[in-house]
Amino acid sequence: MKSVIVNGVQKSFKANKGSVQALKEISFDVEQGELFGLIGPDGAGKTTLFRILTTLMIADSGSASVDGFDVVKDFKAIRKRVGYMPGRFSLYQDLSVEENLSFFATLFDTTIEENYDLVKDIYIQIEKFKHRKAGALSGGMKQKLALCCALIHKPSVLFLDEPTTGVDAVSRQEFWELLRQLQKQNITIVVSTPYMDEASLCDRVALIQQGSLLDIDTPKGIMNKLGKPLWSVRASDMYVLMKELKSMYEVFSCYPFGQEHHVIFHNDGQSILEIETALKKKGIADAQFKRTEPTIEDSFMKLMNK
Amino acid sequence: MRVLKILLEKEFRQVFRNPAILRIIFMMPAIQLLIMPLAADYEVKNVKLCVVDFDRSAYSRELVNKITATSYFQLVDYTDSYNKALTYVENDQADLVLQIPAKFERQLIKEDKATLFMALNAINGVKANLGSAYLRTIIGDFNREVRTEWLQLPRFNSQPVIEVTPINWFNPYMNYRIFMVPGILVILVTMVGAFLSALNIVKEKEVGTIEQINVTPIKKYQFILGKLIPFWVLGLIILTIGLAISYLVYGIAPLGNIFTIYFFAGVYLLAVLGLGLLVSTVSATQQQAMLLSFFMMMIFILLGGLYTSIDSMPAWAQAFTKVNPVAYFIDVMRMVVLKGSTLWDIRFHLLTVFGFAIVLNSLAVWSYRKRS
Repeated sequence: MKSVIVNGVQKSFKANKGSVQALKEISFDVEQGELFGLIGPDGAGKTTLFRILTTLMIADSGSASVDGFDVVKDFKAIRKRVGYMPGRFSLYQDLSVEENLSFFATLFDTTIEENYDLVKDIYIQIEKFKHRKAGALSGGMKQKLALCCALIHKPSVLFLDEPTTGVDAVSRQEFWELLRQLQKQNITIVVSTPYMDEASLCDRVALIQQGSLLDIDTPKGIMNKLGKPLWSVRASDMYVLMKELKSMYEVFSCYPFGQEHHVIFHNDGQSILEIETALKKKGIADAQFKRTEPTIEDSFMKLMNK
Repeated sequence: MRVLKILLEKEFRQVFRNPAILRIIFMMPAIQLLIMPLAADYEVKNVKLCVVDFDRSAYSRELVNKITATSYFQLVDYTDSYNKALTYVENDQADLVLQIPAKFERQLIKEDKATLFMALNAINGVKANLGSAYLRTIIGDFNREVRTEWLQLPRFNSQPVIEVTPINWFNPYMNYRIFMVPGILVILVTMVGAFLSALNIVKEKEVGTIEQINVTPIKKYQFILGKLIPFWVLGLIILTIGLAISYLVYGIAPLGNIFTIYFFAGVYLLAVLGLGLLVSTVSATQQQAMLLSFFMMMIFILLGGLYTSIDSMPAWAQAFTKVNPVAYFIDVMRMVVLKGSTLWDIRFHLLTVFGFAIVLNSLAVWSYRKRS
């Protein structure tokens, strides 16, 4: 059964001059119990899509349903069975951890005790701070509390808008482990993130940019779509190296990737020796090429350049 | 019911955890009621007077003595140069110049008639007006004294004289404070009702907490009631503090039933809270809400009959006061405190304000959206 169905959703906003199309004919669906990632840079339209799916905003055209309910007509039903964690921390900073949790439990007409088993694993980690005000928590703790509050009414679909933005690496990893565990409880999770490395942790991902979907596939599928072998290259002067590579006709694309440059060649790198000598002539003596495994980011770069 | 209870619980928790709001709620009425009525006084005292005396006679001195003996005037200089007096006015050191012409005494005795010249510094219109009125009364008084001294009045006045003896009903000593304090109290209650409620809701928008609330199945009326009730209660608490201060400090005890005031205040707060709610739906940030309510408060206060009498306003301004809830409450406060009016006496005020409450709240509920 499909848990989330999005069909040709469009949304535009009025800007100072004319309008900005935040979402252009977006369509996809999410299976029941899937961990679905929405990957894209800031301003791609992820939050707008989330707001439409959580009934906070009405799309200009197209339709969407969550758990079988239409987001416009049956918004009341959706609000009962959806958990939403906005990108910005949106709990009451001047209420304590426990007060926040019981407040949201009551709004959903339930109690902490009733659904404790669902949030137990997460709540245990912040329980020792339960009398502390939410505003005084660290970033990672805040995210865990927000997740607890979004889960306390046992939602069937969980929408997490950039839950790991601004959270340290360790907390991020912990957070994703929590999501994996939640998935075992048969909760559909739709999560957005600007971090490519998190994409590989999802069952399926949708790459979104400037309001359009570039691709939807499993992380592996997306990585394989690169099609051509990928080379990484290092040299002492990375800037000149990039400039020279880009000017060569054999080079299909070249972009910085961490401490290296990733390069794709038209002829798949068969003439790597010739290229090295060509670079030497231009004064780059220490360029070292290596074959490397593609990541989602590489595919994303390729899709973006299309 | 459970939802409403937790909403109220949360709201009160937040208020009592916010020292700034608590301070405003408890200190503001105290400070305003202690300072404002004492400072914002209608009576003009210490009018700075400069006398230009060209006569230097016994009478002129007597007149000046009589004037300076009152607490209203303060003699800046007693000179014989009009130009010098004018410099005082120019430097804002004098508000009034009284010029006594030469031969003032002689003319008064011989010709039974003398003229005085008065120059007013009209930059402060109120002071100049009231100062000249006081001065005229004193001179008139002086005139009568001179006449009784010099003229042997016939046993019966040849001309009939009408003497007017005023009596001030409801405020026998024309005590300015009895009149002002209830009005200021109204302003305080209005501020809490309109300002705090508007700011509170907009803060939820600004911080983003409303986002989290909006995805819950909570009903619109529950959310709005959860916001209205706490500030309704706070408004009544302020009223209580204010009434206590006006009794303890100024000895003002309402002549009418105190529950009449509370009953009216209860209805009035509904109207004001509706207004605050409306402000919060149209503003996106606390700054906007603040400026908007500030703008409205200014108009409400200035056209509310607190400082200036509504009857002396131009027709269009009077028409506006008809839709100004503050004007109704100030009127009711004065009626109940000074005159001892009952619920039956204020029934029209009550009905009108109730009407405001219905209209404003319906507008607010109608324009509040859980989604965009």
